[in-house]
Amino acid sequence: MRKKSAVRRFRRSIPLYLMLLPGIIYLIVNNYMPMAGLALAFKKVNYALGLFQSPWVGFDNFVYLFRGNEAVIFFRNTILYNLTFILLGNFAGVLTAIALDAVRSKFFQRTSQVVILIPFLLSTVIVSYIAFAFLSGNNGFMNNTVLPLLGIEPISWYNNPKYWPYILTIVYLWMNFGYSSILYYSTLIGVDKAYYEAAVVDGAGIGKQITAITLPALKPTIITLVLLAVGRVCYSDFGLFYQVPMNSGMLYSTTQTIDTFVYRGLLQLNDIGRSTAAGFMQSVLGFILVLLANIIVRKLDKDSALF
Amino acid sequence: MIYKNKIFRTAMTVFVIILCLLSLMPFVLLLSGSLTDEATLALYGYDLYPRKFSMDAYSYLWNLRAPIIRAYFMSFAITVFGTGANVVMTTLFAYPLSRKDLYGRQVISFFLFFTMLFNGGFVPTYLIYTRIFNISDTFAAMVVPYLMMNAFFVIMMRTYIMSNIPDEVIEAARIDGSSELRILTRIVMPMSRPIMATVALMAAIAYWNNWTNGVYFLSVRTELYGIQNVLNSVMANVTFLQSHSNAMVSTRQMPNVSIRMALAMIAVIPILAAYPFFQKYFVKGITVGSVKG
Repeated sequence: MRKKSAVRRFRRSIPLYLMLLPGIIYLIVNNYMPMAGLALAFKKVNYALGLFQSPWVGFDNFVYLFRGNEAVIFFRNTILYNLTFILLGNFAGVLTAIALDAVRSKFFQRTSQVVILIPFLLSTVIVSYIAFAFLSGNNGFMNNTVLPLLGIEPISWYNNPKYWPYILTIVYLWMNFGYSSILYYSTLIGVDKAYYEAAVVDGAGIGKQITAITLPALKPTIITLVLLAVGRVCYSDFGLFYQVPMNSGMLYSTTQTIDTFVYRGLLQLNDIGRSTAAGFMQSVLGFILVLLANIIVRKLDKDSALF
Repeated sequence: MIYKNKIFRTAMTVFVIILCLLSLMPFVLLLSGSLTDEATLALYGYDLYPRKFSMDAYSYLWNLRAPIIRAYFMSFAITVFGTGANVVMTTLFAYPLSRKDLYGRQVISFFLFFTMLFNGGFVPTYLIYTRIFNISDTFAAMVVPYLMMNAFFVIMMRTYIMSNIPDEVIEAARIDGSSELRILTRIVMPMSRPIMATVALMAAIAYWNNWTNGVYFLSVRTELYGIQNVLNSVMANVTFLQSHSNAMVSTRQMPNVSIRMALAMIAVIPILAAYPFFQKYFVKGITVGSVKG
């Protein structure tokens, strides 16, 4: 009896399966085949032999990857940049959201929301042009206008790795603060104004209103966004780290991340072994971190978890 | 919002004004750089106002317009095809998943959802597309990899359908003998217009801004480059446009310094011009799609 109904349900679902088919094929090609392709990290890829015939080499690629300190540097860069971005990015987002919420004019409130999202709308290629307008050695705005005002000698930005942690952080914040502030602001819109009115009646000042009402209201969103970002600390915005420093080799010590290393290894240096090994570690560590982050998010706020 | 304090609210308004100016200021630098005389730029660098006005960069680019127009056309074609494919595939996936009576729904949901947790990363993706599917140097390379469907938007749309279209409506149509395809196109899609518009907009922005597919997969046929890839190539080598144009323009008269800014402006203006018309959906796409659909 039950079996029969399963067959019937399956039959009735056939038109729906046909609709799902293009998507399923796409996910297999674009997502599942690459997952299986992670096995290449344990092979010595030889294009002449083909991906399937290339010989297995165990952990050779990983041993080779961790010879020397290059891998340590780009793993360190990836994680430190991400932690900085999480900390400052969310701080800037919360601050901007509070400011937006305090703006009186409804019209200006709406307009400024739209304006601060413009940087988020641009491609990293355009952002790299903007960075170039500021940092170009001979013609940049920094060397020609800003530094002379401060009485500082011109700096060769694209050859000096020590400035890039600051530059990349500023560029990241410029591109993303609007985005995260909109997320926080949309939470603040939902806060009942009666809380603030009651607080004012009780004599609460601005500081008290923010710490007692605004920040607690934002807490679930902050925790969720931070944890989801922590789940992605092994990943970096390829464009930001490749395009904005203009692929300058002299800057690798502070601009190389897992993603730029993997790309350069595969397509520029023909160093497939180390690329696959680094990519494998990124995928597997990323998976573990996403799972952990989600388990924690689910404990704190079930609705915000991915699963 | 209360914060009953005039000084605080005024201070915050000023702060927001400063943030808006910071968001816009770089564009002023680009625009002014593109409109400044070459010799003046060499002396004073890019500045916030043109010390000596000149349209040289733009007239130079006008002479080299063929590759730029071509790149625009490509970007447009890539965006239209990609967005179309994305919306169709997202809708075709979201509707069946919204049906509680779909046999094997759990398994298919997990199949979709797992792609959000785990991925093979760049190397296997690249090798599979280039070595198994031979996608290098084709139009498909600009459309298919990475961007054609996104589990996030499928889940968003599925949730939208489930919470906005009552089961009874679909059940009634089934009893009337409508086919699934007819239910989808006549009932579900018209009622899902807002979410489809949001998905289409986010997909279109992703395609328009994409430059990585061109960098990864196009090595010989640079005529397939979209505007982002042309910008990228010009950044690396200012003579890129010249070598891709039949126009006779000598290298000597090229305004090297201002031309980059002019090209960046040409790439930025259309998206900034269109932005006021889609900003509402853009803000919505961000807030809806961010944490969870």
